[in-house]
Amino acid sequence: MQTKKKRVHWRAHAVLIVVLVAMIYPMVWLVGASFKPENQIFSTMNPLPLSFTIANYISGWTATGTSFTVYLGNSLTVSLCTVVANVASCSVAAYAFARLDFAFRKFWFGLMLGTMMLPFQATLIPQYTIFFNLNWVNTFLPLVVPYLLAYDAFFIFLMVQFIRGIPRELDEAAALDGAGHVRVFFSVILPLLKPALLTTTILTFIWTFNDFLRQLVYLSDHSRYTAPLGLNAFVDRASGSSYGGMLAMSVVTLVPTVAVFLVSQRRLVDGVATTGIK
Amino acid sequence: MSDDSGVAVLDPPVSEQAAPPPVRRKRKRHKHNLAGYGFLAPWLIGLFAFTLIPMVYSLYLSLTKFNLLTAPQWIGFENYTRLFSDERYLQSIKVTLLYVVTSVPLKLAAALLVAVALNRGLRALGFYRATFYLPSLLGASVAVSVMWRQIFSRDGLVNQFLGVFGIQGADWIGDPRYAMWTLVLLSGWQFGTPMLIFLAGLKQLPQDLYEAAAIDGAGRFTVFFKITLPLLSPMVFFNLVLETINAFQTFTPAYVISNGLGGPIDSTLLYTLYLYLKGFGSMQMGYASAMAWVLFAVIGLFTAIYFWSARRWVNYAD
Repeated sequence: MQTKKKRVHWRAHAVLIVVLVAMIYPMVWLVGASFKPENQIFSTMNPLPLSFTIANYISGWTATGTSFTVYLGNSLTVSLCTVVANVASCSVAAYAFARLDFAFRKFWFGLMLGTMMLPFQATLIPQYTIFFNLNWVNTFLPLVVPYLLAYDAFFIFLMVQFIRGIPRELDEAAALDGAGHVRVFFSVILPLLKPALLTTTILTFIWTFNDFLRQLVYLSDHSRYTAPLGLNAFVDRASGSSYGGMLAMSVVTLVPTVAVFLVSQRRLVDGVATTGIK
Repeated sequence: MSDDSGVAVLDPPVSEQAAPPPVRRKRKRHKHNLAGYGFLAPWLIGLFAFTLIPMVYSLYLSLTKFNLLTAPQWIGFENYTRLFSDERYLQSIKVTLLYVVTSVPLKLAAALLVAVALNRGLRALGFYRATFYLPSLLGASVAVSVMWRQIFSRDGLVNQFLGVFGIQGADWIGDPRYAMWTLVLLSGWQFGTPMLIFLAGLKQLPQDLYEAAAIDGAGRFTVFFKITLPLLSPMVFFNLVLETINAFQTFTPAYVISNGLGGPIDSTLLYTLYLYLKGFGSMQMGYASAMAWVLFAVIGLFTAIYFWSARRWVNYAD
């Protein structure tokens, strides 16, 4: 049994590694190509640059007229504000759904689940007209304010599931000591909710950083552009010419999310795996 | 949600005593109305401000001619009737349905195969899981779409690879016969999220069935189709619903690969891209609202079919 198992595993490893290399190769190629001189980018499959250069990064950084420093700064601002807003508003709502007994709770909970299935296109245009009339277009407000009000029900659901796993005895003990709901929430639930809050933080950051359509719709001024919009402006402008700069700036816009992923991958993978199971 | 037993203790004892018994019985059927709605308030305000009211407003706009700058002008169902004589619209439906019915099965099949392969107590499982998951985390970004566009360009990585075997590859992005399939492949490349969910499901399957099957001498395929797949069907269902909804909403790769136009000759004109072009390109916001409602209805229809068919193939063991 032992030896048989071992043989099977070697084959599984071989197959998995082939699939893995095929999947990751494009990204390795992208990074390598961004350090190649323009005329060598498409000449070889070898991801390693024959002559290493950072010229693409220097030319690409300011190629759209506004520097990528501005784009990245805007993206970080929007992403971090969204993270804080989302974590705060969703945890509060989740506590109500998971622990409090109030009228029509089941009705609201059902409605909340329903909004998770709602395509965002259904509200894109009316939301735009609302924000347009508030004069918020071309600011970060339309991107952040909805998340202050727990717009993304997915994270409420994630936290409700998590809070249900926290033993009620803990809140009850605190309540017996005279703690009200606010105290129970802050001093019992929130500390224990940390894993779910971390998952929410990581996913919100990465999803917001990579979001494109909403930012494309709401931001029109180059000085307000986020990294995806800056890169898109580059693609529009480049089409045909400076491939090197375009690839280099693609790498630049991927760095923050990949960095967050590398730091948090274990926590993240476990968090995502458990969202699928009730 | 039905675990009301322990909640009573949450109430501060003081308030319990302060309320006179007869009134309490009537008013306190729900023990935390005030606190409940207090905690729920941000979400509730958001629900009305950003979801419910916009939905109703969008329904109204879909019955008007509206360009954002002048007041909406009532035209009844004209937008809806115009949709079905709009050739580009019909093309976008065709493209989107093709995308959904090919990319979703491809992604789920890849996710399931890799999950089953990983679920044998392999070493370095954490490394495999994380690496397979990474593409689905980054896949929605503009940068990955830019990368994809270069890989499938005429002298890109794919054609160089094919060249090794003496095959002359096509201009995948520029040829209307192939451009769509690069999008489907990009979606398949992002199988990581459903894979993680399948993997978590596989870990919970009861081992005794497998032991029994091994004693009966069942082959690997029999075990997969007779035991694993039926037991995993709730996860298949969950992923199917989620990925279908996501696929209908795909925007970024189609936009980036076609320079925001849906080309070549509308072969990548996914529904959301056309909605964007109509609503924000030519400012036909009434028309785009009608499109959004049709999309909503179609997604609802798909979900309803899934739930209706679930009784026949989803196995709820408990």
